[in-house]
Amino acid sequence: MAQDSSTRTLVSQAQLSRGKGRYVYWTLLGLVVLGFTLVFIGPLYWMVTGALKSGTEIAQTPPTLFPENPETGNYVNAWHNLDLAKLLFNTFYYAAGAVLFQLVLDTAAAYALSKLRPILGNVILGAMLATLMIPAIVLVVPQYVTVIDLPFAHLDMLDSPFAIWLPLVANAFNVFLLKRFFDSIPEDLLAAAHVDGAGPFRTLWSIILPMSRPILGVVSIFAVTYVWKDFLWPKLVMPSPETRTVSVGIYAFSGGTAMNEIVAASVIAAVPTVIIFLIFQRNIMSGLTTGSLKG
Amino acid sequence: MATMTAPGTTEQLTRSASASRTSARRSRKIRDHITGHAFLIGAVLCFTLFTWYPMIRGIVMSFQRTRRGETTWVGWDNYTRILADPSFWPAWRNTVYFTLLALVIGYAVPFFVAILLNELRHAKGYLRVLVYLPVMLPPASALFLFKFYAYDPSDAGLFNAILKFLHLPTSQWMQSAGATMPAMVIASTWMNMGSAVLIYLASLQNIPGELYEAAELDGAGLWRRIWNVTIPQTRLILGLLAMMQIVATMQVFVEPLILANGAGTQDSATTVAYLIYQHGFFQNDLNGAAALGVIMLVVLAAFSAFYLRLTTKND
Repeated sequence: MAQDSSTRTLVSQAQLSRGKGRYVYWTLLGLVVLGFTLVFIGPLYWMVTGALKSGTEIAQTPPTLFPENPETGNYVNAWHNLDLAKLLFNTFYYAAGAVLFQLVLDTAAAYALSKLRPILGNVILGAMLATLMIPAIVLVVPQYVTVIDLPFAHLDMLDSPFAIWLPLVANAFNVFLLKRFFDSIPEDLLAAAHVDGAGPFRTLWSIILPMSRPILGVVSIFAVTYVWKDFLWPKLVMPSPETRTVSVGIYAFSGGTAMNEIVAASVIAAVPTVIIFLIFQRNIMSGLTTGSLKG
Repeated sequence: MATMTAPGTTEQLTRSASASRTSARRSRKIRDHITGHAFLIGAVLCFTLFTWYPMIRGIVMSFQRTRRGETTWVGWDNYTRILADPSFWPAWRNTVYFTLLALVIGYAVPFFVAILLNELRHAKGYLRVLVYLPVMLPPASALFLFKFYAYDPSDAGLFNAILKFLHLPTSQWMQSAGATMPAMVIASTWMNMGSAVLIYLASLQNIPGELYEAAELDGAGLWRRIWNVTIPQTRLILGLLAMMQIVATMQVFVEPLILANGAGTQDSATTVAYLIYQHGFFQNDLNGAAALGVIMLVVLAAFSAFYLRLTTKND
């Protein structure tokens, strides 16, 4: 990364680039890079290579650093025995739907709260933000009861993807993030569109959304990773083997399947989010800090 | 809109025309409100069905009992039954212990890691990616790694192999009641610390460099600068993250479920969240689970109110 000597931090640049400071700095840098690689990549290396070992090799003491006879058998078995293709497809399907529902409904709500400002809008915003204070675990039971017997409609939503998609729309953090972004779009621009005869929907579609691509990207990435990582809620509302997500599926098999196969399946389950992270790391890391710090 | 006129010109118009205009304006205003609510309705319905209504329903449920489709009011029965559960106090003890341990390990470590990373002028991007990488793994994946490979109680396990290599005593990890909680906290911290590190890093970058400059001129050493500049400057975010972390770790669930098969040995791992799950979905006691949820809500709300009062008092 580029040297960033313009802003002064705890230790001054001058102190680091001269004499003893320089040695200390480079030694520290080396130690940190090495230590962090071991701590954060080490377990992942252990996981990926461990699943390449045979059952006897994994039980060997002391453990081997490199697999002696790397075999992909565990990965192949995990893929077939756990029907990972199906599980991955389910999870992907729920994640894609969650993105769609959140983008459409939360964006529309944030636009209304930011620009259309209908009567009682602030009360609604307040009630939405208040839900951020409710611990998730407190809501699990009544939410589940609601989902198995939806009020008025008396629908049982178990095993229906809507049981994952719709509760995720009730995400006050998204509405807040989007509203704050829309607030920063100048009123003059909307007034100009109004004069040109654009209605509220046209204004949202042709002016607001094209300007909001970065924040829409952040919301989408967070929706995908949230669904991919979530465990308890999909476990409760997607009980059938056919509708399970990948994490829940692996957990369901963990009792009666060989240890190495479960770890191999865990590696496969982690690949999509790791790829998403490596591609979108900049958006993810900046989205995290803008969302939480300046809020 | 071509029909719109500036308010200043109305006085030149006749009374009746101005009256009809105000009524037209009013009806247009009503139409705008309706349009606004049309954009809100989807999200509002979802909030109503899946958070606002369940919040009330949870409290109502905790005073009811449903048996064979019949719901009756039972007063405090669910609460007394939950309190009498032999796992109730162990669950709270474990949850508080987990939270405190996670505070000691998982709160201080990210802050110092962030300070360290902020001083380094090289490999910044690489180190940030490394720290955040575990946050992106599905928790179930990461926990199976810890369960089967790292916390393997034989000497073939990763942690025991390292301890043995360093000539330190090995541990039974999840099989020993004493090591269960620390082992869960280590796994949890490894999985989650990335977000805290990045948030601290962002707040460290907002500290004006002149403050360090001035402190150094006044002869403040490294530790004094951390204590007198870095910590006061990031106090707000430090306090906020501490509260958020406590509220999050009090709800710990996946770690005990996967690492300790839920309860561990003799309730050594049972947490309040796990007890809610256990009552609601295994003992067919959704009402008891709701009551425990309400207790949790009250405890966390009381804690947050107390904490906010404490930290904002001197401002």
